[in-house]
Parts: sequence; structure tokens; C-alpha cells
Amino acid sequence: MSFPWAEHYAPKHPLMRYLDEKLPLPRLVYNAVGAGYPVPRNLNYFWNFGVLAGAALGIQILTGIILAMHYAANGLVAFDSVEHIMRDVNSGWLIRYAHANGASMFFIVVYIHIFRGLYYGSYKAPREMVWLLGVVIFLLMMATAFMGYVLPWGQMSFWGAQVITGFFSAIPVVGDPIRMWLLGGFAPDNDALNRFFSLHYLLPFVIAAVIVLHIWALHIPGSNNPTGVEVKGPQDTVPFHPYYTAKDGMGLGVFLIVFSLLLFFAPNALGHPDNYIPANPLSTPAHIVPEWYFLPFYAILKSFTGNFLGIAAKLWGVMAMFGSILLLFFLPWIDRSPIRSSNYRPMYKWFFWVLVADVLCLGYLGQAEVTPTVVLLSQICAGYYFSHFLIILPMISKFEKPLPLPNSITEAVLGEPAPAAA
Amino acid sequence: MLRFFAPLIAPLVGLLFVFALLWAIFMSPHAPAIHLASEEYHLAPKPIHYSFEGPLGKYDNQQLQRGFQVYKEVCSACHSMRLVAFRDLEEIGFSKPEVKALAKGWATETPSINPDTGEPATRKSLPSDFIPGPYANETAARAGNNNALPPDMSLLAKAREGGPAYIASLVTGYEDVPPDLKKEFPDFTVPAGLHFNPYFANLNIAMPPPLTSDGQVTYADGTKATKLQMATDVSAFLMWAAEPKLENRHRTGIAVLAYLLIATLLAFGAYRNIWHGKKH
Repeated sequence: MSFPWAEHYAPKHPLMRYLDEKLPLPRLVYNAVGAGYPVPRNLNYFWNFGVLAGAALGIQILTGIILAMHYAANGLVAFDSVEHIMRDVNSGWLIRYAHANGASMFFIVVYIHIFRGLYYGSYKAPREMVWLLGVVIFLLMMATAFMGYVLPWGQMSFWGAQVITGFFSAIPVVGDPIRMWLLGGFAPDNDALNRFFSLHYLLPFVIAAVIVLHIWALHIPGSNNPTGVEVKGPQDTVPFHPYYTAKDGMGLGVFLIVFSLLLFFAPNALGHPDNYIPANPLSTPAHIVPEWYFLPFYAILKSFTGNFLGIAAKLWGVMAMFGSILLLFFLPWIDRSPIRSSNYRPMYKWFFWVLVADVLCLGYLGQAEVTPTVVLLSQICAGYYFSHFLIILPMISKFEKPLPLPNSITEAVLGEPAPAAA
Repeated sequence: MLRFFAPLIAPLVGLLFVFALLWAIFMSPHAPAIHLASEEYHLAPKPIHYSFEGPLGKYDNQQLQRGFQVYKEVCSACHSMRLVAFRDLEEIGFSKPEVKALAKGWATETPSINPDTGEPATRKSLPSDFIPGPYANETAARAGNNNALPPDMSLLAKAREGGPAYIASLVTGYEDVPPDLKKEFPDFTVPAGLHFNPYFANLNIAMPPPLTSDGQVTYADGTKATKLQMATDVSAFLMWAAEPKLENRHRTGIAVLAYLLIATLLAFGAYRNIWHGKKH
């Protein structure tokens, strides 16, 4: 796509003209992230996070390919091969810590990216497809991250695999056979480790492919912006390059600084000590906790403690956990307000911040030791999570009085009606 | 029809989950809260400080060598260190001949094969060998320790909540069961063969006190070998064993941060320059 006023690719050098005739790859890049893609001029720093997520994936693929050269996916030697990387491979510690903490950075960035979409209504028409593909990427990321955490074959790797594949056994009748089929045995063992490694290597490239679709779908209507008002003319946009390449370049620097602080000075802060103990099927750790980025969903799983309507508590928990993510697929149709940006939605804005606090609480509760208070609090927080998306969001547009929208992006930026052309 | 019902689907699904939660809160039996001695009398590690803490932290080779001595003379009787090779000890300041002598004189020998008969045998260790453990296998280890398994120590400092300070606290933390605990939990007992230690998660640990008196080892550098000194030294050594590249990591980190700060500053300048005069 592009807006009619987008700059057109006009190669000057004969070589580039020749290339453009035979394989117009430079033209594609020019139109995708070059001067040929006009972007709203008022994007704030929250719009950096899409590019940062792409950078995080790139770092994961690069470090992952190097790790795979030294890692051995066999239950007998997997743990020691990771230690071999940490001790004997040149700069192996750097690559491995970068990969482990890179996963955390990827999730931090993607969570901010998702909540930015929720706040500014980026999931609404005409960008539903962008959002749906984003949820697909998120699901693929979760699967990839889970399988990656199994590979070092420590205690949390093993018992995490045990617990997470155990979700499938909650399905009546076919649950246990499905679980055994997924694992290739009665419990996680060499077969599970091998297939997890195979899929862990495959899925990032699937993610990369879906990202291409995600960006493709984005470039049909063009980027949303903090006002949520559609682009009306050339004065509302600037070309992606050099404006947003410069802004994203600076964002990337800040991202790498935060990443470096974690990687070089607290590389084990987000991990779990138990994963430095080799996997032992005969010894269960006192607290089995997933990685931090799964904790809100883990808290939702654990909050369903009662059998209800003849369905076992465990199955309720599993349905709720998967449901809490799958409901995002329906978000563009659940939210019926035509106003995108929460800046102009006085009621929804409050509920949005309650949701942010709610998810943070769920994250805390997911790793807390199970006490009656923790269970009750996670039940309340899980209740709000579902109420927010399924009850409040569809109802609120009936009661809410949106604030007056600016006539155009330029008017919002300049604080006065836009001149005819700029 | 569909037009009327479609908007109701989401709220109905939402209500279903909310009711399932309400049912769980009000109608399901709750497990009674169990009050355990291990919750109340478990202690956090002592506040011990190490030279390798903080972004500029470095190992103190004198301390690591003292800690290695404690490992060699005390811990290694039961605990293996299978991921550390003798040659690695050069990193903490031992010379090549010293490492060679250490390997040759180690209390247990490296498993090998008799070249004439093919029978299992042992030989003197070389600097390139990993430090041989005290037991041939897990069964032998358990048989020698009242069925408890002394964990391998190569990664111990990273494999325990609290790290080296936890280890130092644990080995100096043995005491008699406090009278208050006995009063509050009359059923609490220390099973035969276990030892009371408030730093251990369930308060009863199989390991007997390893450091029994001051001066248990004689330090070559003249440092007074109090129990706490030995515990601190050996836990520092275990941190090195678990994270031998820590100094390199800190050094690299400072250089990378300096580079990134300058690069980001330049990128910020470029951003300001390009957007100059463009209101946004």
C-alpha cells in the first residue's frame, strides 16, 4: 500500500535500475521501511517497540544458531553441554547469557507492544488482521520459549515440561494419549528433549514469517497513532526513512543498554537456581515455577480451585489459561467503541490501567507460595481479567461519552486547525 | 437472530468463568492453612559480603586459594566437583607445577582402564583431568552417607537460593533446637541421623556439621581460620567454581555499556537533528 503521496522509488545508478528490472528487492525495502512508507508524524516512543521486538528476535536467532553448534540435545549430556558452553567455548558464557536474557527482553518488549495496542485501540478496524497475526506471533513465542527453557535439562526444565504437558491430560478421555503423543513417552525424556530442540529451532523462523505477514497487513491501512484519528493527507505523515529510522535507532540503543545491564550484571536474576541442578525425575523441586513471562497465566491456571458444573477444577484452570490468551483473537469484535485511542475514552482509560495493575498482580501471585490469601487474591485478579475483556469492554461503549476528537493528526500536533497543505 | 445474540456471547463466556471462580471461592472446600515450624524458624542467609559483588566485583585470588584448601581438606571427602578440571585452578593463581602436584596427589584417583587386562582401574590425575569425586557412583555415595546424597559442588553457589552467603550461613548455622520452637511445636523432632540447622529449608539436614572448630585447616597465608572465615572462603571458591567467567563478564559489560552510551547519545543527536523543525 501506500498513501497516494508516498515517494516513489526512482533508482539513479544504472546498476540499481538494472536490479530493479530483474529483482526489485531495493524497491520492496524502500516501500516497506524506506522513504516510500509514509507514517503518522505524531507517533510516540511506544511505537518503537515493534522494531525492538524484531531486533530481539534477530538477537535470539543469531545467538541460538551459535548455541546449537555447541549444544547436544541428549538427556545424558544436555546439561553438561550447556556447562561446556559456559566454561570452555570461547565467549560461550556471553552467547548463552545473551540468549537466556534475550528471551526475557523479547517478552518485555512484546508485552509493552501489546499493551500499547490495547491502549491506543490498534486492534480495531481496519487493523484487525494486524492484531490477529500479532496474537499468533505471541502464541508461537510462548511455545518457543517454553521449549527453549527445557533444553538445558535442569530441574526446572524437566519439571516445567512435566507440568506444562500435564495441562493436556486435563482434557477428558483423549487427554492422556495426547500428552503421551506430545512427549513421546510417559514422562519427559530423551524423545521429548529431541523434538523440543527440533521445534525450538524451527519455530523462530515461523515467527519471522508471520512477522512478515504482520508488517504486510500493517502497511495496508498504515500505522495507527496516539490520537487514533486516521491519516487525512500528506501533512499528517512523514516518510519512514529518515524520520522513524532515526527514532528507532535511538530506541534500539536504549534497548541494548537495558539488555546489557541484565546480561552482564544480573544474568541469573530472572532465572531459577533449581535449573543449575541436573534434571532428576525422582526428585521434585519444592516450588515449580515457570519463567516470569508465563506467571500471569500460571496464576490464572491455579486460581480455579473448585469443580463447577461437573467439570473438574484442573480442566477449568486449563480452559481459563488458554482462554485468557485466545480471547484476544476476538478483541476487535468484542470492543464496539468506534474510538480507538484511550486518550479520548475517559471510562475505558481507567479500566485499562486497572487491567495493567491486574496483570502485574497476577504475575506476582503466579510465583508466590500458595497460601489461602494468595489463592483468594489470584481468584479476584483472574475474575477481573475475564470481566475486563468479556463483560466490561463490550458494555462500556454504551455508557461512555468520548471526548471530542481532533479533526486531524496535524491539528492535534499543532494545536490549531491544519493549514491547507504543509 | 444472530444479530441479537452475537453481542451476548462474550459476556456470557465471561460470566461463566466468573461464576466458576465465585464457586471456587465460596462453595469449594478450602485446604486449612497449615502452620509449619519451617515457616517460622527458617532463617535468611547471614549478611556476608564478597569481593565479587557489584558491577565492578572481582574475585580475590588469595581468598579463592584458601577456599580451595577448605574444599580439598574438608568438603571433598564427600562432595564431588565434576565440572572443574585441575588446570582451571591456574585461573585462581596456582602455578603450572603446583597444579601438576595437586592433581598427582589428589586423595582419589581418576578412573581408567588397565591397559593390559581392560579391567577398570585408577591412575594418578593429570592437570587436564576433571577433579575426581570421592565416590565411584551414586549408590556408593548414598551407602557412605546414611542414604543421603552429597550434591556435586561445581554449580552449588548458583543452584541455591541465596548463593554463596547461603552456603556460608548453612555450614556455620548448626545449633541446638531452640526452646521456643519446642514449646510452639511439641511434635517437632530431629530424626535420627539428621541435624538441626535453621538455614536449611526444612530445618533438618543430613549433612553433619563440616566445620567443627576454629583452626580446622591451617592457612598458608597466615589468615586466622575461624569457622566463619573458612565458610566465607570456601563459599567464595564455590562461586568461582560455578561462575568462573564472572570477572570477564563484568569487564566486558563495562566496555559494552560505555560503547552503547556513546552510540545512543549520537543516535539521539541524529534523531533531534532529523526531526528539527518538524512538530510532532
